Amino acid sequence: MNNEQLIINNAVDKAVLADYITMLSDNSMILGHRLSELCGHGPSLETDIALTNISLDLFGQVRMYLQYAAQLKDEETTEDTLAFLRYPNQYRNVLLVEQPNTDFAYIIARQFFFDAYHALLLEELKQSTDETIRAIATKSLKEVSYHQRFSSEWLKRLGDGTDISHEKMQAAVDHLYPYISELCEASPLELEMQATGIGANLAQLKAAYFERVNSVLEEATLTIPENKWTQSGGKKGIHTEHLGYILADFQYMQRVYPGMEW
Amino acid sequence: MKKQWPIWEVFIRSKNGLEHRHVGSLHAADATMAMENARDVYTRRSEGVSIWVVESKHIVASNPSESGELFEPAKDKVYRHPTFYNLPDELKHM
Amino acid sequence: MQNIAALEQEFESKIERGISIEPKDWMPEKYRKTHIRQISQHAHSEIVGMLPEGNWITRAPSLRRKVALLAKVQDEAGHGLYLYSAAETLGISRDELFEQLHSGKAKYSSIFNYPTLSWADMGAIGWLVDGAAIINQVMLTRTSYGPYARAMVRICKEESFHQRQGYEIMLTLSKGTPEQKQMAQDSLNRWWWPSLMMFGPTDAESTHTAQSMKWKIKLKTNDELRQQFVDITVPQAEILGLTIPDPDLKWNEEREQYDFGAIDWEEFWQVVKGHGPCNKERIAARKNAFEGGAWVREAAIAHAEKKAARTELKKAV
Repeated sequence: MNNEQLIINNAVDKAVLADYITMLSDNSMILGHRLSELCGHGPSLETDIALTNISLDLFGQVRMYLQYAAQLKDEETTEDTLAFLRYPNQYRNVLLVEQPNTDFAYIIARQFFFDAYHALLLEELKQSTDETIRAIATKSLKEVSYHQRFSSEWLKRLGDGTDISHEKMQAAVDHLYPYISELCEASPLELEMQATGIGANLAQLKAAYFERVNSVLEEATLTIPENKWTQSGGKKGIHTEHLGYILADFQYMQRVYPGMEW
Repeated sequence: MKKQWPIWEVFIRSKNGLEHRHVGSLHAADATMAMENARDVYTRRSEGVSIWVVESKHIVASNPSESGELFEPAKDKVYRHPTFYNLPDELKHM
Repeated sequence: MQNIAALEQEFESKIERGISIEPKDWMPEKYRKTHIRQISQHAHSEIVGMLPEGNWITRAPSLRRKVALLAKVQDEAGHGLYLYSAAETLGISRDELFEQLHSGKAKYSSIFNYPTLSWADMGAIGWLVDGAAIINQVMLTRTSYGPYARAMVRICKEESFHQRQGYEIMLTLSKGTPEQKQMAQDSLNRWWWPSLMMFGPTDAESTHTAQSMKWKIKLKTNDELRQQFVDITVPQAEILGLTIPDPDLKWNEEREQYDFGAIDWEEFWQVVKGHGPCNKERIAARKNAFEGGAWVREAAIAHAEKKAARTELKKAV
């Protein structure tokens, strides 16, 4: 999306709106980063290419969001200063997306849990009162519908496949399930944006989300974990240990060679 | 050697109005995956609007050693081509 | 039934007349083997080649650079896939080809055994390594084996952005701060000679050249291609304001080509034999991906079989 074409929303406090958009981009950015680590290491060439496609879609979304957010901010702010030059506690992605690529089952489970939420979120954002967000959501939803199809298919394949794959898939689901509640827990910023009609109503997504997740898990012959204890904090900037390492890589060039054009 | 994903042939229609053309092959465990892999591998640069995939083993191919009997006989049937017929140059719309 | 001599004569005459050889056509066993070796070597180079650049995807300095690099490395996976498919038409499976790579039986381009130490290496690889590869690949679009030539046509079309991507990185660095310019020069210093080695041993030393030329697997010799690369690249370095690390490099008025210094062939052979700086890491990474992914590939087959059986059962009921 071209910078010039962005339609600036004047109805709300620009700083708050920019903050919300940056937050929206963070999940795509960190998950896109995790997937980009896999390029060249996938279980088959075809799968390698597919995962990279998802990563590229997510980074494409990040760029659209951050170019918009940068326009709402001051002259010095760019997509790259927003992406690379925040402190760790200023990234507000959910803990789920920063979880490591432990094995292919984890990669698929993480993707599936996020995709199911992401598609519902974008459906909501297509109704946003903010025109640019609406445009980004409409474009992104097509991509994410495919991501969801890809990850659901693989979840079923691995759940149903062999004893080994079933066991690995179940282990990944058990491990990641506690992290998914955070997706639908609205932070104060999200509540504020929901009230203006710009942001999504996460509480409303929750039922549909869990229904979707649980039904695919069932179809994949996997057991829904019983323990209801959940993990959260990312939306408040309180992350797992993984984020520090992610940012050490992600911000490396900008930190070692500050203030240069690349 | 362990069992491998079978080979599939991929055909893509680049835009409506054109035929599907063979673009290459890939590996996939089943038809669903073959379709997804074809999309991910062969349409990254907006190459297509429609995909066909078929498992390679289902393709029946002519045998090159029979090329003579299959294709040679058509070569001397020049009367199937418009240039065979001698007509005056001033004749129009034909 | 034709005898072998007649088949061979017909085959040679086809090559002579520039008629492509297709998978089901009769071909001498040696032609088939040579092709399996060359196409798979090329395929291996693509996928091993993903690793040195893949290294920097997570550390790319801007979002724009990141998506470009990611798309580029992904293309290399695609190119590997097209080439393995071409090799498979000669009656060998992708898994067998992987086994040959992992055991060290099959070779790949020695350049990928060098480390990527700075962001500028993404520029130098795109500019020099892809530049050298393109020269080879354009020639191969007219090679005699149909599936190989078609894969190369597709690859060349897709590769056209790779070298531009690399050169743009170099250009930005060379116009940047002194640190950035230094980074670019350092990178050129490290990648120049290995890039020249990419064209393989000199014609006098090359064991396969004569046969490959006769069968139109190759249309130009290693030395001809190498010279072509030097002549194209020197002016490009001048635009960047960078110095090629060769004191003997100078324009030869008479030949209308550049003269250049002697290549360290001892280094070349050592790297080919597995003693380069990263040979072990590269093979280990590929092996890891393949072996670590075995359970995934098996599960997909098991699921496909179960699904097919369930469909059959439904039909029966």
